[in-house]
Amino acid sequence: MTITRTTRRVAGGIGESPIRPDGIPKVQGRFEFSGDAFADDMLWGATVRSAHVKARIVSIDTAPALAMAGVHAVLTIDDVPGKRTCGQAVSDQPVLADGETRFWGEPVAIVAAVDHATAVLAARSVRVEYEPLEPLVDPEQAFDRGETFRVMEIINGAQDLRGEIVVEGTYETGTIDQAMLGTEAGLAVPDGVGGVDLHIATQWIHEDHEQVYASLGLEPDQVRIHLSGIGGAFGAREDLTLQIHLCLLALHTGRPVKMVYDRAESFAAHVHRHPSKMWYRHEADRDGNLVRVEARLVLDGGAYQTTSAAVLANAAYFATGPYRCPSVRIDAAAVRTNNPPAGAMRGFGAVQVCFAYESQMDRLAAALGMDPIELRLRNALDHGDLIPTTGQRIEGSLPVAEVIRSLAALPLPDDDRDDPRRLPGGTGLTTPPGAVRRGVGFAVGIKNLAFSEAFDDYAEVRAVLTPEGLRLETAAAEVGQGMVTVLEQIGRTATGLDRVEVVFVDTSRIGSAGSTSASRQTQMTGGAALRAAEAVRETALARVGGDDLDAEGVRREGALVATLEEVLAEGPIEELVRFRHPPTTGPNETGQGDVHAGFVVAAHRAVVDVDPELGLVRVVQIDTAQDVGRALHPESVRGQIEGGIMQGMGMAVMEELLVDGGEIRNPSFTDYLLPTFLDAPAIEAVLIEEPDHWGPFGAKGVGEPPTISSTPAVVAAIRAATGRELPRAPVRPSDIVGT
Amino acid sequence: MIRLIVNGVERTAEPVGPESLLTTLRDRLGLPGSKNACEQGECGSCSIIMDGELVCSCLVMASDTDGADVVTVEGLGTEDGLHPVQQALLEAHGVQCGYCTPGFVVAAAHLLERNPAPTADDIREALSGNLCRCTGYGGILRALTALVGEVP
Repeated sequence: MTITRTTRRVAGGIGESPIRPDGIPKVQGRFEFSGDAFADDMLWGATVRSAHVKARIVSIDTAPALAMAGVHAVLTIDDVPGKRTCGQAVSDQPVLADGETRFWGEPVAIVAAVDHATAVLAARSVRVEYEPLEPLVDPEQAFDRGETFRVMEIINGAQDLRGEIVVEGTYETGTIDQAMLGTEAGLAVPDGVGGVDLHIATQWIHEDHEQVYASLGLEPDQVRIHLSGIGGAFGAREDLTLQIHLCLLALHTGRPVKMVYDRAESFAAHVHRHPSKMWYRHEADRDGNLVRVEARLVLDGGAYQTTSAAVLANAAYFATGPYRCPSVRIDAAAVRTNNPPAGAMRGFGAVQVCFAYESQMDRLAAALGMDPIELRLRNALDHGDLIPTTGQRIEGSLPVAEVIRSLAALPLPDDDRDDPRRLPGGTGLTTPPGAVRRGVGFAVGIKNLAFSEAFDDYAEVRAVLTPEGLRLETAAAEVGQGMVTVLEQIGRTATGLDRVEVVFVDTSRIGSAGSTSASRQTQMTGGAALRAAEAVRETALARVGGDDLDAEGVRREGALVATLEEVLAEGPIEELVRFRHPPTTGPNETGQGDVHAGFVVAAHRAVVDVDPELGLVRVVQIDTAQDVGRALHPESVRGQIEGGIMQGMGMAVMEELLVDGGEIRNPSFTDYLLPTFLDAPAIEAVLIEEPDHWGPFGAKGVGEPPTISSTPAVVAAIRAATGRELPRAPVRPSDIVGT
Repeated sequence: MIRLIVNGVERTAEPVGPESLLTTLRDRLGLPGSKNACEQGECGSCSIIMDGELVCSCLVMASDTDGADVVTVEGLGTEDGLHPVQQALLEAHGVQCGYCTPGFVVAAAHLLERNPAPTADDIREALSGNLCRCTGYGGILRALTALVGEVP
């Protein structure tokens, strides 16, 4: 079929920045988030969680809780009618603790009661007798014991190549939390005939659906999952938390059940960014050409697998960064411990290694006596090059050098240390202006786009043309990023119509859109929307022999031949499209293969002011240049860049979940510090638009790159200001002061 | 039982025990616009104006609010039109997931009541009690500086 796109510019189409359609209810406070859902006659659920890191469950006495007035149900693993485990890649996590708890805060039992307060009290009244066991919390020890989720050995190129200049380093990154503002929440409503409707904030309703109906012991069509309003995600909603629990309680009681986690519980319940330990050796010739990179990576996956295998793959495949290198050896392992489960978080494995390889590149530049930006340019990958680990040829755009040059060309900020509000520590009079040292750091990061390693990655969209305009139906999760706006824009540009509406439908009414993760929805659901919208337009044109469509109707050679109503007199036009990106392969035994669907690169330059005596850091400015393929909604791209940079900065200087012997010591916003308005640096962003080979209109996903190289850029700037090695992120005041 | 004015309307409620005003607003008075993200007064998502003061409603005990005059996000703007802060956030793309947005709307409206011409630094300071995890604050700052004719 020949596709004709409209030649005229459609208002609100791609390249503009229309206002988001859910914006008005959101600013009014009327947008319904999952925690706002309500049903008449509903009960409240609560969860009993393990107070031990690892323990055998001797007994669970539900009687005291059941005896309380207003308590309708107390359920344990023995009340799970179907599959007793769940999990995304591997079904290894008990729906409720099954004889043993393996991490701190693991769900042990669930209760339903007439109101929230009663449910919480009832949960506290469930008597669980534990026999504490010795937990395994050291990832190196776990590796030695063979407790691994995945081990990768990547060997590429001649292994005997050696460079004259050699730098080695060992690096660590801490456990980071997504800290989305909306905690886990949902509402399950029994349908009265044995099935259930679940309204939930998640990143992928179809993946949830598979796990939920299996554990409920129901047929797929007896469970319908509906997207509820989502208060941020960043990876935290990729795995199940309360989904099955809510449905169990609703089906058991025959009443709607609502559950909302509090913040402390949220910290315990969802997966975190994998903490990592990384050893690296970089070798280069005297001109600064990389000759060989060796690395050993250990990522702590915690108690259950979740997405550890895919996170590890990203870390291993991108362990050498966006640089050419003829000889590579990477040994990588994701290990099983009794620490909190680790899984998806923005950047997904590419973050940890970027901190290490960019630290190494700075070290190498210093050893060579070379400008660090020049060193990066000299080794920059480009379209047509081979990824050094996998040997995959880069088919799409990858403007590494362009990104580096554009960023380096931006002006540096002025010195403003004469203003006390601009000092590290602010106006608290902690820092004398003369003590402040300024530093500048630079880093570049690379990541894959969409799902990899032969995963059958697709997204469905149904386009329906009615007299009211174009309706795009999808199951894709709008987590705040603005996909809903981009889909409307794609619909407008593809059809020529201005009235486009995106409708989120449940699992029974459309196929999967895949997860809102891996920077993939603009390309995947956007790709499906483009094709579906083009197809309905073609049908409309064919019905009346036209050659163009706009808000008035179908035209031929500029003249209106039929209004939209007339074209649709015989019925609406509907097209369901399942879009797939170019296929990927699995790796061979040494890690080679065309494992990725596409690549994206960004660079960050951070300017910091440091008080070296108190270890205080003020991040003054973070500038960036990012490869975006094509910016479909430039203001949303900017929003992703600014928000992502802030998370990267948080990981550099303030955010860390303190896990001590498996227990989380700071599960609150009082102690897990998030960047505030006053911490936010100025940000200048350059968008590099080199269209990619398969995203709609050449677009690439933009969500993750801002969070990848921003962290090493900030840490490099602190190194420049202080002369400290700082091999660990986040940098703590004591790391700077050196005590 | 407590009697209070909420968004200009007299309401009564029967909070139980140490229940917060946030819970009373959300679960008893049908006003879920104020959000619960931390329940420790750290994030500002539950910001309301009580007797002219900006407060975190999660830190206010509901049973202490008898006679109070409360404005929530639902009380800003009208059916026909948005409050200028709401309009500014919308137009400057200062909204992503929107969970923090009600708190920012209330805090910014309260700032403009006290100081109709804040500088960018005034805005940053006044909103530093509200956390946003999506936007990095850029869109919010551009919205409010544009509204008052300041440079971000």
